[in-house]
Amino acid sequence: MALQQETRKKLVTLALVGPAGLWLFVFLVLPFIAMVVFAFGKRAPEGGYQPAFTFEQFANLGSRAAAFVNTLMLAPVGALACLLIAYPVAYYLAVKASPRHRLLLVSLVVVPFWTSLLVRTYAWMYLLGARGIPHLLELLGIENVRLINTPGAVLLGIVYGYLPLMIMPIYVSLEKLDRRLLEASADLGAKPVSTFFGITVPLSLPGVMTGLALVTILLLGEYLIPQLLGGGKVFFIGNALVDLFLQSRNWPFGSAIAVTLVVVVVIVLMIAMRIAWRFAGTRQVDLV
Amino acid sequence: MASASPDDIEFRSVTKAYGAVTAVRDINLAVPKGSFLALLGPSGCGKTTCLRMIGGFEQPSEGKVLIDGREMNGVPAYRRPVNMVFQHYALFPHFNVAENVAYGLKQMRPRIAQGEIDRRVAEALAMVRLDGFAKRRTHEMSGGQQQRVALARAIVNRPSVLLLDEPLAALDKKLRSAMQIELQTLQRELGITFVLVTHDQEEALSMADQVCVMSAGRIRQLGTPQEVYDRPADLFVADFVGKINRLSAVLEADHATIRLADGTALNVGARPNVPAGAVTVAVRPEALRFLGAGEDAAGRTVSGTVTHRIFLGSGVEYAVDIDGLGDFLITADRGGHAAEESLSAPGDRVRLAFDPAAVHVFSSMDPA
Repeated sequence: MALQQETRKKLVTLALVGPAGLWLFVFLVLPFIAMVVFAFGKRAPEGGYQPAFTFEQFANLGSRAAAFVNTLMLAPVGALACLLIAYPVAYYLAVKASPRHRLLLVSLVVVPFWTSLLVRTYAWMYLLGARGIPHLLELLGIENVRLINTPGAVLLGIVYGYLPLMIMPIYVSLEKLDRRLLEASADLGAKPVSTFFGITVPLSLPGVMTGLALVTILLLGEYLIPQLLGGGKVFFIGNALVDLFLQSRNWPFGSAIAVTLVVVVVIVLMIAMRIAWRFAGTRQVDLV
Repeated sequence: MASASPDDIEFRSVTKAYGAVTAVRDINLAVPKGSFLALLGPSGCGKTTCLRMIGGFEQPSEGKVLIDGREMNGVPAYRRPVNMVFQHYALFPHFNVAENVAYGLKQMRPRIAQGEIDRRVAEALAMVRLDGFAKRRTHEMSGGQQQRVALARAIVNRPSVLLLDEPLAALDKKLRSAMQIELQTLQRELGITFVLVTHDQEEALSMADQVCVMSAGRIRQLGTPQEVYDRPADLFVADFVGKINRLSAVLEADHATIRLADGTALNVGARPNVPAGAVTVAVRPEALRFLGAGEDAAGRTVSGTVTHRIFLGSGVEYAVDIDGLGDFLITADRGGHAAEESLSAPGDRVRLAFDPAAVHVFSSMDPA
């Protein structure tokens, strides 16, 4: 009887996680293993992969340092820029907006996702390009402003594209923040500014950390925005990978870069999780 | 500023409306220094709104709230000399016990020295018997302990008034009775005014020295617990504070005799304030007494059949179907440790006497 129940439990577990597990194994784990194997290989003369065991590819990472520097600079800076803009918006939505309008306003944050990022980034390409904002500035007498194909343009595109991903987790954590805690703080004599920095901000940190981790990780693999708004001048790792796999067909070197990126992402994620958990750990029960 | 020692809290014609809904209507109330007031009423009666207007979380739509003789309209919560124990304690989850308690002290300007803060936190924790818990996380504590932390956090600032919003609602019965005594003791030790909001009449009667019964945004009666229980101002108060048996009757022209539905005439003593005619009579369960076999109480007796017996430990509650009048709830002492056989049982015929002083007569015109 007991044994049967055990077996049943195991079967249910298998049925629940089996399909997803199989999917991940076939389409994530196996390709990743292949990639690691490639990374230690050699480029075949005609392009592609030739079996070998060499650290040559990793030793060569320096030749793509610019892509790493751009990515590792602009991803966190972009995420922080998103945070600075997103926090006030999320705060307004969760705390200040009237409940009647809240749903509408929150959906307005999400609406941009309904159109393709590609289309919206093309729009920015035009706006920042010679016939866009620089042209308008010229009419006002401000000449020679170059916007497109600069790190600034890429940063702008990043903030524009990723802002909703930062707003949502912060909004969620602020929204479930117990208002009585804010009242208790005021009751104990804290001015609104003290309440904000002493209670609201610390208790929304899990949302902030989630947003930062989410945006940073996605940005580390970003390809589209630097491609369109950086115009080959502001190169991300994503762009380097496309170049290596599709243009120069140097699969082993591309794999080495990709593996290195994964390692970096995992480290970033672990640090972010640890910080988020430290704060989350203190607020388990009470906020329900 | 008339008197030298103003009331701690005063409501002057206070009305609070939320859009079309009026939560509190024309409240006038004075709470003397050092008293323990309970705002008692069903949910939605406006008691919490009143408390929140004292705390500064709501502003009156009309009228004035005064604390210590000073008008408080427009003064934000963080500038008021009151502190509150919130219903679900509202402890800061990212702080430990000592940090929670110290929070109010750290807001004070000019700043208080850390040593002084530590000393006062320890003192407040000792007062609520939580010494040794300073470093605990609040979510690791039981409901009763969290409640003490909330209490310590609220008294550490030495407010002139302590507000308590249903402070015992989340505790189990045993803990609740213990905390009732502790709150009373604490209030006496601190000597500051307590204002308690509760829907639990037992809590209000047992702790407060003034009970303010509210319903539908108005004060129904303000008085000592005994006054409110023994001389309820209207049927609502009689019904809400304690149990009653409700009867329709007619008050005769002498304003002293009531005639019940079955024709029984009962002399309940002069009731000059109640207009003669249709009345509603409220009888407390303990105001009916079982009569022994030979006993008589002329003109005030009724007979009936016991339908249920509920053993309460210290007493017994009976449901009695009184001839011509219907079901009555009656509580009786056990008479020491009377044997079970001596108690009435379902099916028994019994005779009962009314205690005329404990019979409350209200005009049927009264809303309740």
